[in-house]
Amino acid sequence: MESIGKTGIFNSEIVISADKLTKKFGQFTAVNEISFEVRKGEIFGFLGANGAGKTTAMRMLTGLSHPTSGSGYVAGFDIYTESEQIKKNIGYMSQKFALYDDLKVWENIRFYAGIYGVPNKEIEPRTEALLNKLGFEKERNSLVKSLPLGWKQKLAFSVAIFHEPKIVFLDEPTSGVDPLSRRNFWEMIYDAADRGITVFVTTHYMDEAEYCNRISVMVDGKIEALDTPDNLKTQFNSSNMNDVFYKLARNSTRNSD
Amino acid sequence: MMCFINWHVIQPVILTDMKTFLTFVKKEFYHIFRDRWTMIILLILPIMLMLLFGFMMSTEVKNVRFAIYDPSRDVATHAIADKMKLNEYFIFTGYLDSPEQIDEIFRKGEASLVMVFNNRFYDNMVHTGDAQIQLIADGSDPNTASTFTLYASNIVASYQQDLMGDMKIPYNIQPELKLLYNPTLKGTYSFVPGVMGMILMLVCAMMTSVSIAREKEFGTMEVLLVSPMKPIQIILSKVVPYFFLSVINLTTMLLLSVYVLDVPVTGSLSLLISISLIFILVSLALGLLISSMVDKQMIALLISGMVLMLPVTMLSGMMFPIENMPWILQIIANIIPATWYIIAVKKIMIQGLDFFSVFNEFLILSTMAVVMIGVSIQRFKYRLE
Repeated sequence: MESIGKTGIFNSEIVISADKLTKKFGQFTAVNEISFEVRKGEIFGFLGANGAGKTTAMRMLTGLSHPTSGSGYVAGFDIYTESEQIKKNIGYMSQKFALYDDLKVWENIRFYAGIYGVPNKEIEPRTEALLNKLGFEKERNSLVKSLPLGWKQKLAFSVAIFHEPKIVFLDEPTSGVDPLSRRNFWEMIYDAADRGITVFVTTHYMDEAEYCNRISVMVDGKIEALDTPDNLKTQFNSSNMNDVFYKLARNSTRNSD
Repeated sequence: MMCFINWHVIQPVILTDMKTFLTFVKKEFYHIFRDRWTMIILLILPIMLMLLFGFMMSTEVKNVRFAIYDPSRDVATHAIADKMKLNEYFIFTGYLDSPEQIDEIFRKGEASLVMVFNNRFYDNMVHTGDAQIQLIADGSDPNTASTFTLYASNIVASYQQDLMGDMKIPYNIQPELKLLYNPTLKGTYSFVPGVMGMILMLVCAMMTSVSIAREKEFGTMEVLLVSPMKPIQIILSKVVPYFFLSVINLTTMLLLSVYVLDVPVTGSLSLLISISLIFILVSLALGLLISSMVDKQMIALLISGMVLMLPVTMLSGMMFPIENMPWILQIIANIIPATWYIIAVKKIMIQGLDFFSVFNEFLILSTMAVVMIGVSIQRFKYRLE
């Protein structure tokens, strides 16, 4: 994990940028003028209590929702006008792992590769390589519903980056998974980042926040803090991220459950 | 602005879109073939319903018990009575002595039809041409009553015909009542169009809405929406497999109807197929509309099952005649696409009418299709915001 030189990241190109990005639903401002930049190969943690606006922010970046105001660029494309281009350059993994239970492992891979336009010739060898790497050769023909949760999680992540996107968005990718699987999963995230895939990840687990290169903490629709985990701990005079998060979020006026 | 269409650029785009589309459709068929209940609903249910309605639930009326009040007791009344007694649908319970007994016999439930001749029936018939028969029926079950009074008037009419044949004299017993289109009053005839409307509605609307709701429930819809697939592509790929299956169902039902239930396609087959395809489109759009409103399979199922199927069976004219409904239900009945489809199928399949006779139904269903497809696509996009 130490393989990522932080200076390397900060010199590389910017792949996500948001400037005063805002989303209002009627009178309610879900996301309030957030600004940040994410660089290539970075693991960017997006933290916040439920209802803080994480999901809305992520939906704007992935082209699922139009911002009310502000600007944003993902993979060099405008989120207002070029969402089609953005979609071709990103991967997305939802917290439900979003695989088809009644499809076999290889059919799921084949399907997602197909809708992302991976050329037919490449799908076969890359599926082989993937199954090999995951140690799933025997499960190739198993229905996904028969797999343990940790395996589904790995498969869902592998499927999300199968088309080699520039950026992968992970929406609480480790919810409901045991600590060992979570640990293994983070190995996979590092591996992807090493290959130059930028990782934008939302999470509830503060220990996971420490694995990120940089993190932002959203409270009531605003980004209240944004830095490396170490700098944040120093800034808030805390020994761990849990403490940092608590200090930031305790003034929240929105309900968090 | 100059507008060049560069085929060499467009072609690969179309091919990629086509490939994506086929990948998706294939996946959809995996879902369908791997789920036992989906298969049962799609393939067995239509056959079962056709046979069930065709054979068991026919509205044919048999063994109707009838009595006769006949003050004349002459040649003509006896001849008509004999004809009634010989008919397989009727069972003769006896002669009544006075008109007061009519009410009594109905109350006791001993007969559901009483035939009343007037005085000097034959004399009147021969001399004044004004002989009268009154058919009094137990109307507590109006559908059955209207059916067997028709049978009975038919029998009277046939007696009249016999007389005319023998004597070449135009007697007038009562206004002629000719039964068009379904001379044997076969129950199956009126059920086939109804069942077809119901099944197509069920398969299209229910299966489509449930399958889209499932994608939402499992979170896969979110992933699809983030993918390069355009919303319209997702909709099309979801709808096409069910369109195919509906066409298969349509074929099965028509084959069953013609070869098993003996209900022929009297009119133009291509006309029947065209209107069915339009109706399938309407139903698919309805399924899309439902799925744009709900996020859970169960709710999609309930809405399409209860909110859709109930009015379709009750109000579409399949079971009860629309003319007899209160005006508010008549209005609802006219909004239901199946009503128009069933009317059109009856006209084409049973009455053998041509395109101009079903032009109205064509127009209404086509308009419904266009509007519903428009609205559901709009709503689907709106959901993304």
